[in-house]
Amino acid sequence: MKYLDEYRDPKAAETLRRAIRAATTRPWTLMEVCGGQTHTIVKYGIDGLLPPEIALVHGPGCPVCVTPLETIDQAIAIAARPDVIFCSFGDMLRVPGSERDLLTVKARGGDVRVVYSPLDCLKLAEQHPDRTVVFFAVGFETTAPANAMAVWHAQRRGVRNSAVLVSHVRVPPAMTAILSAPANRVQGFLAAGHVCTVMGYEEYEPLAARFHVPIVVTGFEPLDLLQGIYQGVRMLEEGRVGVENPYARAVTREGNPHARRLIDEVFEVTDRAWRGIGTIPASGYRLRARYQDFDAGRRFPVTARPVREATECIAGLILQGVKKPRECPAFGGRCTPERPLGATMVSSEGACAAYYHHGRLHTLGSRTNA
Amino acid sequence: MCLGIPGKVVEVYREHDLLMGKVDFGGVCKRVCLETVPEIAVGDYALIHVGFAISRIDEEEARRVFALLEEMGELDDLNR
Repeated sequence: MKYLDEYRDPKAAETLRRAIRAATTRPWTLMEVCGGQTHTIVKYGIDGLLPPEIALVHGPGCPVCVTPLETIDQAIAIAARPDVIFCSFGDMLRVPGSERDLLTVKARGGDVRVVYSPLDCLKLAEQHPDRTVVFFAVGFETTAPANAMAVWHAQRRGVRNSAVLVSHVRVPPAMTAILSAPANRVQGFLAAGHVCTVMGYEEYEPLAARFHVPIVVTGFEPLDLLQGIYQGVRMLEEGRVGVENPYARAVTREGNPHARRLIDEVFEVTDRAWRGIGTIPASGYRLRARYQDFDAGRRFPVTARPVREATECIAGLILQGVKKPRECPAFGGRCTPERPLGATMVSSEGACAAYYHHGRLHTLGSRTNA
Repeated sequence: MCLGIPGKVVEVYREHDLLMGKVDFGGVCKRVCLETVPEIAVGDYALIHVGFAISRIDEEEARRVFALLEEMGELDDLNR
């Protein structure tokens, strides 16, 4: 397929692999902040192509993984109501809440449905005027325009029986939190390409300057990843900070102005708790007051109960890039995609699931364990 | 979650006052909202995420990466 196959070309990959090798003289640690990129790296063995000096660490790049346990429990409580049709992207269904997951709710008779697009929920709401169709609006900035559009369109068309449970997260504040942590070892970032498609990369310029790091806007195919790593390594070796954008076929500095306007119309920035990490200031979106009629949290208030994470799970440390999946004693044994202890094992983009699915049950070498 | 698939726009139309289109992903066609890429035309490639186009793919920029790679490959051969 055009714009996919050519970015998987082995000959071009070899050229980049050699260029990275030639550019590297010292140890460097780069972090990618998108689960899709983590997946590509593990699937194609990109980390295995790099010289031993380069360590890739996986950041909190999976919105499903960082959705707080309290929010999962809230979703489960709403989904169990007989007057609700609960819609979600598929990944969310098997994320363990305190006692059960959304799939269990469905098995016990709850109307829980997987949708491809948030706009599908509007159609569903029109077909079922006697019930409320609730969409679990989770995602990074990439997904925010689509979710905003569903709310905006519902209001404009007067689809009053539709609502959203919003748990949206923003990437730059999470990068700030990682760089500010005393234990931080990340020296450069591969910025999430599709987040930047929507938002552009202006926001990353002050971040690069403040923390003296290079940030490279990076796409999702093997060549994109290698190109991003190459430019990141060169910037580190040359002592340059700032933002470079090799993913220019999909990203401009100002992003998509129409999509940004739509987000701004429907959402406002708020503090948000990240599962395994804690609350990060200004790291999320919530509905603006003028759209609060569509807030499922207001329409179906749920009494919050104290929650407890599985004690063995180290998903928080994995999401912060401090540990790798194989360093968890439960990985691949007591914790598998079939019986996950934490969200990083559930979502196909979680680091644990990516390692598990691509056969990385055992140590590949000291470098990837670094 | 942030998966974006490139596809070719084969039809553009309005539905319920929204700019919509049919996008071809290597033989599989899907209905897609084009509201945030109003400049898009039939024949263009767009990046699609959860049924929404988030950008038009810039062919010129796409070519540039490969021109650069080709150059790097040639330099590589000379150095060996």
